[in-house]
Amino acid sequence: MLKNHQCLIPQLLVSMYMSESAPKENPAREIPIRDALREAMSEEMRLDPNVFLVGEEVGAYNGAYKCSRGMLEEFGAERVIDAPIAEAGFAGIGVGAAMMGLRPIVEFMTFNFSLVAIDQILNNAAKARLMSAGQFSMPIVFRGAGGAAYQLGAQHANSFEGFYAYTPGLIVVAPATPYDMKGLLKSSIRNDNPVCFFESELTYSLKGYVPEEEYLVPIGKADIKREGTDISLITWSKNLFLTLEVAEALAAEGVSAEVVDIRTLRPLDKDAVLGSVAKTHRALIIQEQHLVASYGAYLSHLISTEVFDELDAPVGLVSSLEVPMPYSKSLESVVLPSKERCLQEARKVLEGWR
Amino acid sequence: MDQELITDLYRQMLRIRRFEEEAARLYTERKIGGFLHLYIGQEAVAVGALSVLEDRDCVMTGYRCHGHYLARGGNPREGMAELLGKETGCAKGRGGSMHFYDAKRNFMGGWGIVGGQCPMAAGLAFAQKYKNTDGVTICFLGDGAVNIGGFHEALSLSALWKLPVIFVIENNFFAMGTPLSKTSPTEDLSIRALAYPMARDIVDGHDIFAVRASVHTAVRRAREQKLPTLIEAKTYRYRGHSMADPAKYRTKDDLEEWTRRDPIKTLAAKLESLGLKEMTLHIEQEIEAEIQDAVKFAEESPMPDPSTASEYVYV
Repeated sequence: MLKNHQCLIPQLLVSMYMSESAPKENPAREIPIRDALREAMSEEMRLDPNVFLVGEEVGAYNGAYKCSRGMLEEFGAERVIDAPIAEAGFAGIGVGAAMMGLRPIVEFMTFNFSLVAIDQILNNAAKARLMSAGQFSMPIVFRGAGGAAYQLGAQHANSFEGFYAYTPGLIVVAPATPYDMKGLLKSSIRNDNPVCFFESELTYSLKGYVPEEEYLVPIGKADIKREGTDISLITWSKNLFLTLEVAEALAAEGVSAEVVDIRTLRPLDKDAVLGSVAKTHRALIIQEQHLVASYGAYLSHLISTEVFDELDAPVGLVSSLEVPMPYSKSLESVVLPSKERCLQEARKVLEGWR
Repeated sequence: MDQELITDLYRQMLRIRRFEEEAARLYTERKIGGFLHLYIGQEAVAVGALSVLEDRDCVMTGYRCHGHYLARGGNPREGMAELLGKETGCAKGRGGSMHFYDAKRNFMGGWGIVGGQCPMAAGLAFAQKYKNTDGVTICFLGDGAVNIGGFHEALSLSALWKLPVIFVIENNFFAMGTPLSKTSPTEDLSIRALAYPMARDIVDGHDIFAVRASVHTAVRRAREQKLPTLIEAKTYRYRGHSMADPAKYRTKDDLEEWTRRDPIKTLAAKLESLGLKEMTLHIEQEIEAEIQDAVKFAEESPMPDPSTASEYVYV
């Protein structure tokens, strides 16, 4: 996994310059995702005194993944708050503070640890607005790393973005590139709804073009990261990089693949997904979740019902195997979607039903 | 003692009692759905505690929330309409019995998952301190909530971050149907405050003046020193956990002992001894009219339009 991503970086940058959201001009400023996230948080905290950051290690330690480097010095301990290991406690404090009009950024070191705070996220943050018939809004961001990284074992490798996307009331964002990370985190902080914002341990060091001037990336808007005509490859989060690699390999076989980075799981940019499939007539979804009850299964249902007449083949879907993540490298690499597995499935979608 | 205060406390407790009795009646008539947890017997805790708050202060509670809503000044009409699932309810029929809200009065809800309100209440207090409002927050919970993680994490962080919050445990001796002896190794629930540490108090929840005094001290500590307090108010619910519960797990003697000391009866007797029997009768009539008006208002109010079922999910 890690090796693949490292190989991908130069090619990724090229792809990013080609995408509509990252303009080609002035590509000089390349920064890693951890800095893009820090810039997003710091800029919003300078603009709005109601924004604060709370989480484990966010202050003196600069963040477990160094996403808040220097923020304690700039904003002080009242706004960059080191919390004890008590996710239910500090997530809940964030929820209460948001009901009072503050705009908390709650950092989970990883979303694996969000499970002990899940009552606060699913039952409280997501439902306060409905239960009060709009008397309260919930301007809170829960952010942190999600998904597998490098042999983290079964309990630290969960892909929970689809799990959170299940709940109406939450917004779920899972960007991939530095440009999208920064622009979407700023939009998330400004949003009056609770947002679960997924990052990845594997890509905090990944560099990409981020403009000096301020910009936002809208929530609920997908991005075509590579245009193509023969098949739509639909994905999100760090699997974008795997997907771009798959598209490159397909190009070598003479297949023009379009890569749709949905970026936001809830609300989904249905028009972008369905529009792409209506153009290419074939769809392959690439996700890190297990298949059963997954977000990919929802996407597949959506495509199969909304643009059924446009489809030349059943929707393909690559997921993780149905097993908790084993530790050993040889096992982890087969559990996760691989380039080979994606190519195999893509060929099936392209050829199997011709 | 201030006569006006006593009559006001009496009026408020009677309002809750009669509201709940009417709710029980409407439930048996199947006009109220879901779960209905009544506050009957515990009125002195909510009324006593909230009588010392200011407008800028916040209140949060669990699912047994009608009493706190009314004691905070919530409108009985809107409360009753909420129980009947009407558009005119305090949550426009979206919340129900366990989820009353009144943002205008900083009544921050009724929350249904035991103990889940405690960290949020600490968050309200966090915001009060962050914004320098000098406001404080009172968080109500039951004895059933003192063993769950959210309660302990809330206490721990409130002490660590010096938050102006008062946790009031309404110890009615039963976590649903399980007696305290089976859920807690100590009879004293306030003892849990020692570990964090924070100030604590134990108070007779049937003595409304004792509740007021205890909460008053805690509120001052919160407002002036930005420090939390844990108060255990020993009280009793006369009915079952919910309407589905006949409460066969407790003795008649216990119930009789608590109802003999009923806080509403006690205050009525006090008013009478002050030569104000007329006044109590007048208040009874006034509350009766108010509750009947609330029921009528609720019954005559429209249901939410089905076409609005997906509203209030996102801003």
